[in-house]
Amino acid sequence: MSSQKESTARTLTVALLVCLVCSVFVAGAAIALKPTQVDNRLLDKQRSILAIAGLGDASMSGKQIKELFANTISAKLVDLETGVFSDAYNPIVFDPLKASKDPKLSSVLPASEDIAGIKRQERFTTVYVVEQDGQVQTLILPVRGYGLWSTLHGFIALKGDLNTVVGMGFYQHAETPGLGGEVDNPKWKGQWPGKTLFDENGDLAVAIVKGGVDPKSPQAEHQVDGLAGATLTSKGVDNLLKFWLGQNGFGPFIANLRAGEA
Amino acid sequence: MSQPTIKEVLLNPIFNNNPIGLQILGICSALAVTSNLQTALVMSAALTLVTGFSNLFISMIRSQIPSSIRMIVQMVIIASLVIVVDQVLKAYAFSLSKQLSVFVGLIITNCIVMGRAEAFAMQNPPVLSFFDGIGNGLGYSAMLIALGIIRELFGAGKLMGYEIIPVINDGGWYQPNGMLLLPPSAFFLIGLFIWAIRSWKTDQVESNAYKMAPQVSNKEAY
Repeated sequence: MSSQKESTARTLTVALLVCLVCSVFVAGAAIALKPTQVDNRLLDKQRSILAIAGLGDASMSGKQIKELFANTISAKLVDLETGVFSDAYNPIVFDPLKASKDPKLSSVLPASEDIAGIKRQERFTTVYVVEQDGQVQTLILPVRGYGLWSTLHGFIALKGDLNTVVGMGFYQHAETPGLGGEVDNPKWKGQWPGKTLFDENGDLAVAIVKGGVDPKSPQAEHQVDGLAGATLTSKGVDNLLKFWLGQNGFGPFIANLRAGEA
Repeated sequence: MSQPTIKEVLLNPIFNNNPIGLQILGICSALAVTSNLQTALVMSAALTLVTGFSNLFISMIRSQIPSSIRMIVQMVIIASLVIVVDQVLKAYAFSLSKQLSVFVGLIITNCIVMGRAEAFAMQNPPVLSFFDGIGNGLGYSAMLIALGIIRELFGAGKLMGYEIIPVINDGGWYQPNGMLLLPPSAFFLIGLFIWAIRSWKTDQVESNAYKMAPQVSNKEAY
């Protein structure tokens, strides 16, 4: 009996059957729960956009978030090449991340320019704008880039002067909890509001400084403390901001918007 | 060996045979998720369910599993259950699942689940195994909840996110002990718990592995 139980054919059959049953079980659960998960992810994104733009608060219900988002924030499509608004696609359903993988909608970044480690960059992306009487109050730009383990996906919100930061944060990443994961720490995120991106010559000056910012330095208004024990994540955030706010990212768009030509 | 009763397998692991306290298993997640009570509770529920059901399923097919691949079969079943739990959390408790991040996935490698499957479910009938899994899950939960309460209460002055002790930063009088929010503090607390349990139940104290022989010669060194 026991020799029969241990035979190769039987071992293979048991292994196959167990795998089959388990995979059906897992696949079934994944498919059944997918719609709720997608909805949650969208809600989470909207919640983080609102939080970064300094609107709403953490205690709001899902329905309130959706309502506030729909009432105050409008999504707009930007052509990153020319740096102007575009209506080539519907910005509400357009997915910049999907586009960055589509050869028709994106291009490979040469390694020398790809400081954020994103490999491919989409031509169009979605930005979020809070407007009042036709004036931009807050501009929320999507940013992403490689940290230590993962690509960090987040937003940076700018005031109407397109220079002062309203908030910065990430809604998706997989950095080490407690070290790089501290990019989610409210205390660290609290350093961002009020910082300015560009110096008086109009050059991009925002930076994350290892150790800590010297408050007496003339650069202090552009600088944020690095995360302790997370040099590579800090470096990644620094790089991704330099990339997305620079010439390959939203640089031309910000310049056009400031000149009123976007 | 006489068959243990359901009551025994369900309640023994809480104090008499606590998986963290006596078996010293599952320490990693006990350090990581107990900085606040809410994540500790969710992690406890997730692990209790996974241990219970993995024990149930493994016990149901225990006589069919060839011993050469039994570990792999156990892992497949455990991993499937963990993925399902993770998916359910993502669908119904998204912000919590973000906080727990990798730790739900790491239930797969939690020694308690695997240990109970190998040590108990492979030799015992399904219902008994199921309750053994639940019991061990409860033992783990008891420890996690105790850690979560202490760490959140004295580290942040809160419980389940509600303020209990007003902290200085918010205009109160309590200076929170920030170290309690860091993972190593759970090490000290678990050590203190083990000490407390062993002072209460002295039969858990292990005898010394070896004894130092008394000094017999009159010289210190040669």
